[in-house]
Amino acid sequence: MLATTTAFPYALVVAVFLAALVEMVEALTIVVAVGHARSWRSAIEGTGLALLCLTILVAIVGPAISHVPLTPMRVIVGAVLLVFGLQWLRKAILRASGHKALHDEDEIYRDTVAQLRAAGQPVGRDRLAVVTSFKGVFLEGLEVVIMVVTLGAQRHQILIATTSAVSATVLVAIVGAIVAKQLNNVPENLMKATVGVLLVTYGIFWSGEGVGVVWPHGDVMLLAIAGLVAAGVWVQIQVARR
Amino acid sequence: MTFVRLLASAVVGTGRFLWDFLVGDTPEIFVAVCVALAAVAVISHHRHSSVGGWVLLVATFVILGGSVMKAIRTSKKK
Repeated sequence: MLATTTAFPYALVVAVFLAALVEMVEALTIVVAVGHARSWRSAIEGTGLALLCLTILVAIVGPAISHVPLTPMRVIVGAVLLVFGLQWLRKAILRASGHKALHDEDEIYRDTVAQLRAAGQPVGRDRLAVVTSFKGVFLEGLEVVIMVVTLGAQRHQILIATTSAVSATVLVAIVGAIVAKQLNNVPENLMKATVGVLLVTYGIFWSGEGVGVVWPHGDVMLLAIAGLVAAGVWVQIQVARR
Repeated sequence: MTFVRLLASAVVGTGRFLWDFLVGDTPEIFVAVCVALAAVAVISHHRHSSVGGWVLLVATFVILGGSVMKAIRTSKKK
């Protein structure tokens, strides 16, 4: 029953907060690069425009998705979370086991600054700077929007999910404004793995319910599934390291 | 005409985004999740509704392990 799936709202908050934190740290690198290489005004304009578009998307898609009948929504939302979560876990395992390079914000910053400086200074309005920071924030934020809409709609907790994502965005923005540089000391891979575990947990639970699974002990199974998924990821990291 | 073009490009753009988002460079995950959910639906509708959950859990580990191993094999070939 959907009504019973309200016992663990904290997991929803943590999942969306960490996901938004990871994505916004990546977006901050682009915005800071634009600010340093071109102009801070254009960087802020692009960021504001992207955040506005993302807010409109949540405002439109969020209420719309909650009108989809319960069973198909469980299957679709659960399957999307499962696929998305598995993609995040795959990357996290490959990075933790050394088969894929860790996300290097310093390198991304250097590359972006070099590209922006090579384009030359504009006459009048700096469209390249606005577009670059818009794309950086919008594309990173789009993944968060999908999580907010899917996790929040299924539990009818769009507002909580949105608040969680906005809190992470504000936190990154404040830290970014204070230090005015990219944040390279964030344990990004660990955060990605945590988000992946939570997404896969909800994905298994909801898609399972959608296709007719009756979970023993109801919501409590979410904890058991999360523990098993986390243990499974740890085992796979150890195996991949060999 | 301009509106139709705009609409068409929006539809194509959304389709591309969804494809990249759900399939991207890991089509095996997308296909395997669909197959696993179909199998669990069949199992659950034959009065094994709790068994289906465990099957889905095990299938998730197999899908993840398989995709990781595929990526490692591909990176070693390069």
